Amino acid sequence: MLYDVVIVGGGVIGSAIARELMRYRLRAVLVEKECEVGFGTSKSNSGIIHAGHHSAPGTLKGDLEWTGNQMWDPLNADLDFGFKRIGELTVAMNEAQVHEIEALKRQGETRGVPGLEIWDRERTLKAEPNLTPDLLASLSAPTAGVINPYEACFSLVENACINGLELSVENPVLGITPEPDGTLTVKTRHGLYHTRFVINAAGVFADSVAAMVGLNDFRIYVRKGEEYLLDKRLEGFVQRLIFPCPDPVTRSKGILVIPTFDGTLMVGPTSHVVDDKDDLTTTSAGSDEVFDKVTQVVPGISSRDCIAEFAGLRAVADGEDFIIGPTAVKGFINVAGIQSPGLTAAPAIAAMVIDILRDEGLALAPNDHFIPTVPRRVRFGALPIEEKIRLADENPRYAHLICRCEHVSEQEILDAIHDGARTLDGVKFRTRAGMGRCQGGFCTWRIMELLAGELAIPISDVTKRGGGSWIIMQREEGEQQV
Amino acid sequence: MPDNTLTHYLCIGCPLGCRLEVESDDGDNVVEVRGWTCKKGDAYARQEHIDPRRMVTTTVRVNGGRWARVPVKTSDAVPKGQVEAICRALRSVTLAAPVRMGDVIVRDVFGTGADIVATRDMPAAG
Amino acid sequence: MITGKLSHLEQHYDVVVVGGGPAGMAAAVGARDAGAEKILIVDREKEAGGILWQCIHPGFGLHHFKEELTGPEYAQRYLASVMDKGVDVVTGAFVFDADRDRRIQLTSGQHGIRVIDSKALVLGMGARERTRGAIRIPGTRPAGVLTAGLAQKFVNMMGFLPGKRVVILGSGDIGLIMARRLTLEGVEVVGVFEIMPHANGLNRNIVQCLHDFDIPLHLSTTVAHIHGRDRVEKVTVAPVDAALRPIMEKSWDIDCDTLLLSIGLLPENELSRQLGISLDPVTSGPVVSSRMETSMPGVFACGNVVHIHDLVDFVSQESYLAGTNAGEFVTGKRRPADNVRLVPGENVRYCVPHTISTDREHTVYMRVRQPLEKCLIRLGDVYQKKLLYVFPAEMVNLTIRPRFLEQFHGDALRVDVVPRDT
Ligand SMILES: Cc1cc2nc3c(=O)[nH]c(=O)nc-3n(C[C@H](O)[C@H](O)[C@H](O)COP(=O)(O)OP(=O)(O)OC[C@H]3O[C@@H](n4cnc5c(N)ncnc54)[C@H](O)[C@@H]3O)c2cc1C
Ligand SMILES: Cc1cc2nc3c(=O)[nH]c(=O)nc-3n(C[C@H](O)[C@H](O)[C@H](O)COP(=O)(O)OP(=O)(O)OC[C@H]3O[C@@H](n4cnc5c(N)ncnc54)[C@H](O)[C@@H]3O)c2cc1C
Ligand code: SF4
Repeated sequence: MLYDVVIVGGGVIGSAIARELMRYRLRAVLVEKECEVGFGTSKSNSGIIHAGHHSAPGTLKGDLEWTGNQMWDPLNADLDFGFKRIGELTVAMNEAQVHEIEALKRQGETRGVPGLEIWDRERTLKAEPNLTPDLLASLSAPTAGVINPYEACFSLVENACINGLELSVENPVLGITPEPDGTLTVKTRHGLYHTRFVINAAGVFADSVAAMVGLNDFRIYVRKGEEYLLDKRLEGFVQRLIFPCPDPVTRSKGILVIPTFDGTLMVGPTSHVVDDKDDLTTTSAGSDEVFDKVTQVVPGISSRDCIAEFAGLRAVADGEDFIIGPTAVKGFINVAGIQSPGLTAAPAIAAMVIDILRDEGLALAPNDHFIPTVPRRVRFGALPIEEKIRLADENPRYAHLICRCEHVSEQEILDAIHDGARTLDGVKFRTRAGMGRCQGGFCTWRIMELLAGELAIPISDVTKRGGGSWIIMQREEGEQQV
Repeated sequence: MPDNTLTHYLCIGCPLGCRLEVESDDGDNVVEVRGWTCKKGDAYARQEHIDPRRMVTTTVRVNGGRWARVPVKTSDAVPKGQVEAICRALRSVTLAAPVRMGDVIVRDVFGTGADIVATRDMPAAG
Repeated sequence: MITGKLSHLEQHYDVVVVGGGPAGMAAAVGARDAGAEKILIVDREKEAGGILWQCIHPGFGLHHFKEELTGPEYAQRYLASVMDKGVDVVTGAFVFDADRDRRIQLTSGQHGIRVIDSKALVLGMGARERTRGAIRIPGTRPAGVLTAGLAQKFVNMMGFLPGKRVVILGSGDIGLIMARRLTLEGVEVVGVFEIMPHANGLNRNIVQCLHDFDIPLHLSTTVAHIHGRDRVEKVTVAPVDAALRPIMEKSWDIDCDTLLLSIGLLPENELSRQLGISLDPVTSGPVVSSRMETSMPGVFACGNVVHIHDLVDFVSQESYLAGTNAGEFVTGKRRPADNVRLVPGENVRYCVPHTISTDREHTVYMRVRQPLEKCLIRLGDVYQKKLLYVFPAEMVNLTIRPRFLEQFHGDALRVDVVPRDT
């Protein structure tokens, strides 16, 4: 049977498009090569919904950043993945940088970003006493916010599935053939999809996917960013996102201090071009760079408090802007080169893609049964004590703690598995179990037991994140008698 | 001095870790021990040279217990050369819960005179 | 007898002990011996006994039981005396909050969420292992990088192997013990790598866990890079320079599917932080008086939560003392407060307790920074004692008797461990 749309890639872009599409009566499938949606760049970034003033005027990414920023409140009201507008300060250390932040302010105001203010030294330090006393001024941008990007992907896709999306994971797209009748055949590891439209949202591999239909008009190269997570001890050390003044030449945003949605502080990201699109390594040069730079602005931060680190890859197209639109191949639509602020822009990109599909002739009949929300997930650890006692009385699985650092209960792990988690990382990114300071020392085997039980597989078949990421092996039992 | 052999040991008597040297003749009799700081080292080197022994601790599979393995040990030190064989052989043993600390799992393992005994209770699961 | 499936959990106890490891068990016994009546141990695991259940090797109990036991034997024997003394033990229960009124909140699949009052609280939460993030090993983040203690749990209790070919980083006793354990299970242990110029574990373990099986120990060498997308495929190891930075020109690659980390333990002090008691930045544990009382009256601490021990017997000894004092706090018996502060001086990283009193005998535990042979331990200018050797990996203990301090009138005593000729 003919599909209306095949989405290649389940990052935040593919996920946001999928969710918007399901507002209409369509047959659509999201095909993702990893074991979970969001496991590409969309789980390995800073999680910032940018304030709207950073990108230069006249670029697609600049316009979509600000439009996207404003769409996260209603999205979060529906899907409840968690979004806080914690605001941002860009810190100027000298006169030249003060001019720089004033220019940034004007750039934002031209675009209509509200609330931008220059704060003097005193006001800045009153708001953020742990910043360096050497600073001169800062630009406050209250529209900046933070989310857990992977949770956004999960709930977008969960909602899309409730409304009829088909999801196929661990299923790389291997080839795409334009048919004489103007349709397309998508060949995947698990079979063929015959469709009218293909959305190429394959992140760093968007150029290879485009090449599958013979389009070789752009190239994606990757800029790696390393990020370092700090112990919860430092929660609240800074309240807002802290940006250094952007480099006047490269316009790179520099090394930030990020109070993540859950309160853990994160520092990063670096920004260096690498050759290998699978290069998710962290490096000692990267860690030195991050901690050297960050302590210039927030001197109290030290690498001693690091609990974990990761790297993500920005998909950069020639020309540095997003590439979104129909192509010379009928039905094949690119959503490529979605580098930063791609997360921020995702809802706006999704809306733009719907318009493109309509223009390209897809009939969009409203789905009258569209359900905008997902079932609310309990975050047991965050509840007030009375509420905890009540829930635990109803269901003792809430009182059975599995992750001690992040206070995740057995019931929340079971919920995550029922929502589709198949792997340790799947559980971790849905519940935070294993993300705390002990990094899974306590909970790993407990979660493995729960996964094995619910999925009815041997414990030794539980993986970290699918593929060959096995965790433990069965013993070979000898035959010799004693 | 005819063709005496020198063998080296690291004393485990205390954290000083004296490097011990045993000189033995062609009949492998100890002629002299050097390098120790206290007498413990001399005695240790002789024992290690003539008849090195080890306590073996490993685990045995148990069905229906709170955990999948029960820890066991040899009731006495056994010749060092037997350690790996004992562990390998114990891989084919399966017990059923409950097990009590001190239960003899294998008597006189490989004729060493030592028994394999459980080192904890393993109650049935639940 | 091993689990405390307590059918009824009361709301008020004289003494509540958080953590049922060797520290918590000894504290409970001490509290009972000092006259406390209602005592509760809370542990989050299936059974009390702490880390000991998975330490199946011998090397425990020489001081306390006067015979060499394995970890499980030590735990089970100790637990038997806890039970004999009529202490309530609740397991599978996690204490997630404690306040200055010594009220704790626990969560348990069996008992739900409960608030429990105590007249004295003893913290015995033990320690957790340092992980990869703490030392920021560069490279990818595949499956197969795990702490030695977690591997020990998989192998000794659950019956699984962590991999086929293993590299071990860190030469602490846990890493050495696991090298032997895995070898005996048929796993290939390629080598143990230690960034410091000296091994961290006991010589006995170097000999019996490494030499016996021809497992090489590489000193002044570290893991500089982890490779592999899904699962560890290899690691790059490199010797380090004086600043402990890897010298990449001299590095080499080792094929393996597993990297075990044995890079140290950290006291588990979430609750102590919530309580707001003072912590010592060196030990990362609470500052304690000679009664093992923290900066908050009626809150005591002992075992690995205070400082990392290498011998469980000393844990039991220190914790029994903490328990007795908690018991005395409850029964109203008061002793004179401490009047002398111990100040770590030359070659001394820390001293526990942090203060002492001149009217009683005290055992003081300390760790040195540098190994020394033929040295002196000096207590201000009031007392000194010869030691044959000191090692950072081995805790030093010193008994301070009231007569040493008869002539002393200050309020701070410096403790140095120095070569004999200075
Ligand atoms: C370090 C870092 C920090 C960042 N911080 C921010 C920030 O704070 N705010 C912000 O707005 N943006 C930020 N970004 C940018 C943002 O993360 C990206 O723009 C966004 O995640 C891109 O989403 P995506 O869906 O295009 O890509 P991805 O998440 O990479 O999704 C593409 C998906 O396609 C799949 N795929 C690829 N090939 C195939 C195939 N052949 N078959 C099937 N599936 C395939 C991949 O597995 C992947 O899941 C940051 C980026 C980095 C690297
Ligand atoms: C691998 C290894 C090998 C060792 N080998 C030897 C040896 O050969 N000889 C020797 O003498 N010593 C050895 N030791 C040292 C000795 O075992 C430890 O010093 C001792 O176990 C510390 O006791 P503890 O009670 O402080 O901590 P633990 O044994 O860690 O016990 C702490 C307990 O508290 C519980 N807990 C923590 N927080 C909470 C909470 N919030 N709520 C409820 N419960 C909580 C934990 O679950 C745990 O059961 C070894 C240690 C290890 C790790
Ligand atoms: S010989 Fe004596 S001093 Fe030297 S290591 Fe052995 S026990 Fe210690």
